Amino acid sequence: MSPVLAGVLQLLALVAALGLSYRPLGDHMARVYSSDKHLRPEKWIYKVIGADPSVEMRWPAYLRGVLAFSAVSVLFLYLLQRAQGWLPGSLGFVSIDPDQAFNTAASFVANTNWQSYYGEQAMGHVVQSGGLAVQNFVSAAVGIAVAVALVRGFTRSRTGELGNFWADLVRGVVRILLPLSVVGALVLVACGAIQNFSGIHQVGQFTGGTRQWNGGAVASQEVIKELGTNGGGYFNANSAHPFENPNGLSNLFEIYLILVIPFALTRTFGRMTGSLKQGYAILGAMTTIWLGFTALMMWTEFHHGAPAFDIAGGAMEGKETRFGIGGSSLFAVATTLTSTGAVNSFHSSYTGFGGGITMLGMQLGEIAPGGVGSGLYGMLIMAIIAVFIAGLMVGRTPEYLGKKIGTREIKFAACYILVTPALVLCFTAASFVLDTPAHSMTNSGAHGFSEILYAFTSGANNNGSAFAGLNADTQWFNSTIGLAMLLGRFLPMVFVLALAGSLAGQQPVPETAGTLRTEKPLYTGLLVGTIMIITGLTYFPALALGPLAEGLAA
Amino acid sequence: MTTDVKKQQDAMPTTATTTSAPHSDLPTGHKPAAGRVGGGLFDPKQLVASLPDAFRKLDPRFMIKSPVMFVVLVGSVVTTVLAVTDPTDWFGWAITAWLWLTTVFANLAEAVAEGRGKAQADTLRKAKTDTVARRLAGGGEERVPGAELCVGDLVVCEAGDVIPGDGDVVEGVASVDESAITGESAPVIRESGGDRCAVTGGTKVLSDRIVVRITTKPGETFIDRMIGLVEGAARQKTPNEIALNILLASLTIVFLLAVVTLKPFAIYAGADDQTSLIVLTALLVCLIPTTIGALLSAIGIAGMDRLVQRNVLAMSGRAVEAAGDVSTLLLDKTGTITLGNRQAAEFVPVRGTTETELADAAQLSSLADETLEGRSVVVLAKEKYGLRERRQGELAHADWIQFTAQTRMSGVDAGGRKIRKGAAGAVLAWVRERGGEVAGDAQELTDRISGAGGTPLLVAAEDERGARVLGVIHLKDVVKEGMRERFDELRRMGIRTVMITGDNPLTARAIAREAGVDDFLAEATPEDKMALIKREQAGGRLVAMTGDGTNDAPALAQADVGVAMNTGTSAAKEAGNMVDLDSNPTKLIEIVEIGKQLLITRGALTTFSIANDVAKYFAIIPAMFAVAHPSLDKLNIMGLSSPESAILSAVIFNALIIVALVPLALKGVRYRPSSADSMLRRNLGLYGLGGLIAPFIGIKLIDLLLSLVPGIG
Repeated sequence: MSPVLAGVLQLLALVAALGLSYRPLGDHMARVYSSDKHLRPEKWIYKVIGADPSVEMRWPAYLRGVLAFSAVSVLFLYLLQRAQGWLPGSLGFVSIDPDQAFNTAASFVANTNWQSYYGEQAMGHVVQSGGLAVQNFVSAAVGIAVAVALVRGFTRSRTGELGNFWADLVRGVVRILLPLSVVGALVLVACGAIQNFSGIHQVGQFTGGTRQWNGGAVASQEVIKELGTNGGGYFNANSAHPFENPNGLSNLFEIYLILVIPFALTRTFGRMTGSLKQGYAILGAMTTIWLGFTALMMWTEFHHGAPAFDIAGGAMEGKETRFGIGGSSLFAVATTLTSTGAVNSFHSSYTGFGGGITMLGMQLGEIAPGGVGSGLYGMLIMAIIAVFIAGLMVGRTPEYLGKKIGTREIKFAACYILVTPALVLCFTAASFVLDTPAHSMTNSGAHGFSEILYAFTSGANNNGSAFAGLNADTQWFNSTIGLAMLLGRFLPMVFVLALAGSLAGQQPVPETAGTLRTEKPLYTGLLVGTIMIITGLTYFPALALGPLAEGLAA
Repeated sequence: MTTDVKKQQDAMPTTATTTSAPHSDLPTGHKPAAGRVGGGLFDPKQLVASLPDAFRKLDPRFMIKSPVMFVVLVGSVVTTVLAVTDPTDWFGWAITAWLWLTTVFANLAEAVAEGRGKAQADTLRKAKTDTVARRLAGGGEERVPGAELCVGDLVVCEAGDVIPGDGDVVEGVASVDESAITGESAPVIRESGGDRCAVTGGTKVLSDRIVVRITTKPGETFIDRMIGLVEGAARQKTPNEIALNILLASLTIVFLLAVVTLKPFAIYAGADDQTSLIVLTALLVCLIPTTIGALLSAIGIAGMDRLVQRNVLAMSGRAVEAAGDVSTLLLDKTGTITLGNRQAAEFVPVRGTTETELADAAQLSSLADETLEGRSVVVLAKEKYGLRERRQGELAHADWIQFTAQTRMSGVDAGGRKIRKGAAGAVLAWVRERGGEVAGDAQELTDRISGAGGTPLLVAAEDERGARVLGVIHLKDVVKEGMRERFDELRRMGIRTVMITGDNPLTARAIAREAGVDDFLAEATPEDKMALIKREQAGGRLVAMTGDGTNDAPALAQADVGVAMNTGTSAAKEAGNMVDLDSNPTKLIEIVEIGKQLLITRGALTTFSIANDVAKYFAIIPAMFAVAHPSLDKLNIMGLSSPESAILSAVIFNALIIVALVPLALKGVRYRPSSADSMLRRNLGLYGLGGLIAPFIGIKLIDLLLSLVPGIG
């Protein structure tokens, strides 16, 4: 079987698997966030944290919940890392330095999982399982909660109430992420991923010398790493490591885990708004971008442009032979179009265009299908912008799902789309204005430029993948990327919740023949166009100097 | 039966007043085929004439109102300074010149839009000459300047006097020339009491004497407000305009970030020389949405102006915007859906009488009926039965019975034959009084006509054969031509029409069906109307209505778009957010279309503006970076001749497209009522795809021209 055919077949299998789980999972999540019942374990949790899950919250209260919970999480994770040296079960690793501990705490709470440390050489079982893995669950649940709050903004009228943050958070973990993770971890173990609390082994190598192999609760962390679009690997090699991602099947399964919730959330959205078609329209926009990017990625990576490529069957540098170009391209696109950032190959080694596709994927705001929750709310913000521009062209003031997009709404949406470009461009520019940051680069020229651009793109968009090549464990990168991650995660949430509050307070406008039909393919096309043009225009100059210059030179 | 009779009489005053309205049958409402809101006028000469104003608007305090254009202004200043410091650099001067032109073109668009209103304001000012008021004080009369009048003062106006201020007639009746405001020369009647008591300052009394109670302070009169409105002085940004400005401002910030951060990137890439501050400024101006930023306020002013051209004054831009969003139209039956009066449609004889016989009797008996309904009987007899109209003098010894509201009959006694025509009850009584028999089918016929929503009038005669009913005249409301098509169009646009009428449900249903409205409100009282509006609004629908009476005022105020008729009371005019100077209720439909056209124009140009940027990148990025990264020259897909020419071409295109689109901004995009789907498809293709492709062609053409200039290509 040719590698191209293998890649296409893997894509088809993936589409089929996602298609099969779309309805049941989407409907299940809609039920989870609409139900009035509390499960017994949930009641225990509410009792412990002292929260009343039945109280309806207006947007400021909801936001306070999100921010307070996340602040406590950052602090806890920071202290845990700082105290690692004294904690048992740390495999003898020392405490983490303050700037790196801050970076890592910010990174995992912000659902980014940017790692400026080597997992197997820095983090013991306690931090990995008791700190990082916990955040993998809760930061994902926070993302879904905020998305659900925005959806409630559309469905509710003349009330400012968006639901209860604590209930949404706990349910997300207990009823969605945990059960799926248990099943997923078993599948991964069956594929050959490890799951133990073993220590460090020095293993002899065929080529001589020894190599360090750690044991650990890898499969359980791997599954939530993908399912919660977190991306922080147990090992530095991330999903390229055979303990995390042993073979082609586990690879495909991990890609499936990355995409399954973000796509299914469009069904949840359709269910909750009472119009499945609206959900399909959003799904259509996400799928169009995802398939388009995947096709482009495969095309550029399979493209035989030089003798070395001809021999390898494509751009195999930096890719695992057990995944091939197809499995690697699929993974790279899925991980950068969601806020996952797990990698099974080295994005730095992709062709110039291939590296550009991973960057552009993140720069779109990670909305196709995006991170768990964050993908849906990011896409809905773009839907609002698209409605605002094009909705006027049907001769009415813009409205989406029966809610008017007025001054307040557009203000929050405009602020939302400003945040990440501002963070990415300003921090990248500052890195070049200052002298020292540039010393972290491995390469010069366009590729070196891409290393830094990629780092901040990944941080601010909460992706967490690295281009490789950049030594990011410096005070400058630890603190600026840490800030970019926090601001890139929580500022948009502020605007999303404020927007949700404003929408929930509105009275719905009934749909007439004069209303812009946002469930039609025409609108989906328009939405894709708006996304591509708005982000394309923002990053075009920067991309031109990095991946485009490199890709066109090839 | 009795209700029908009563109805005919009730209708009398209404018909009378409607016809005396200056031109309620003005063609504006009667051309469904041409009912599309066409563009306003645009004359290229206006561009030249408005140039001085455009330069005056360069004031930064004024420019800051449009964040996008303010950035261009700052950019122009920056490049000017740079050009002055390096005077030998022709490129710097060229960019500077075109950036200034961009700014001026933007101001020009607004100046042209305002200029059209100014001409109208000047005409109005002439009407506002200083008047001397004859104020009633302590039993006597004193002469005071019109500007010193207070609310509540009583002033006397006689033939030839200019009314000194807005007010209500409290005594007398007069014919008034309101041409200063409405442009219509036919005089109108103003009288105390009722719904026709309002007079406007600046209009002229032509006959008789009236006493007016002043209701507005000088300086705040209707004419003052009109001047303010057409000049745009009172113009405030509408909610959607503010929202759009926010989005444009945020896009401007995004592009500002992209351009500012480009400098360190360029230095790293080794393209420091190619990214001078002048080049970066040019790039910024090309990227920020200058096209829509420049034309946004002109679009708004032009929208108001299109209303003014149709003799409608919108008191706020917000109302025009709301008009585009309206989903329920409340239309008064009389004058809007039907012609102002009922007309004879048919003569139905009872058994034993022929149609011609009945027509002849009906005609004779109606000659003494001067009401419009009476005239229509004569007209029908002539048109359908070829009966020549006879004059009253033609019949010798004839005794004419005039129609009065008391007798409810008209007729003639001539040569021993008496003929009567009138309300069914009155005629039946007349026949019975004379011992006549009422044919059995007479009752049947009247019932049938009432059931079909018509009004039956009976014709009876007394001669040698005794008194008897001859037949029935079928009076019916005549639905204006083309209304059904318009309502169909409105339905396609998603707008529901509700007919409001004082008629009983039976009649109302018949007319509603004939006219093709979606719903009707029969036997409507002002309270019913108000309740209907509130009900619609509670469902999230925006409601538009017209009204003229004082009892319409609360509903006018409640409606999202309330169009008061200029003939209406001052309370109604105060309550509505638009005034129709022609007092033509059909215009409501056009107002909705103008509102939609305004929003479409705004959206189309925004889309066009943003789509334009793609081509500009393809011109400027290779120009800046092809030296540092030769591979980027492949992005120069337009094959522009040199980096300087590429950047200059993009800037020139950016400036010229503003001027090129001024006519579109002022006239509004072509608008045809259709569903949202087809409208979106059309506009997206035209302005989205067009906006993507047009600049590639435009920039290439400009580059070709520039390359002919020695030293550039």
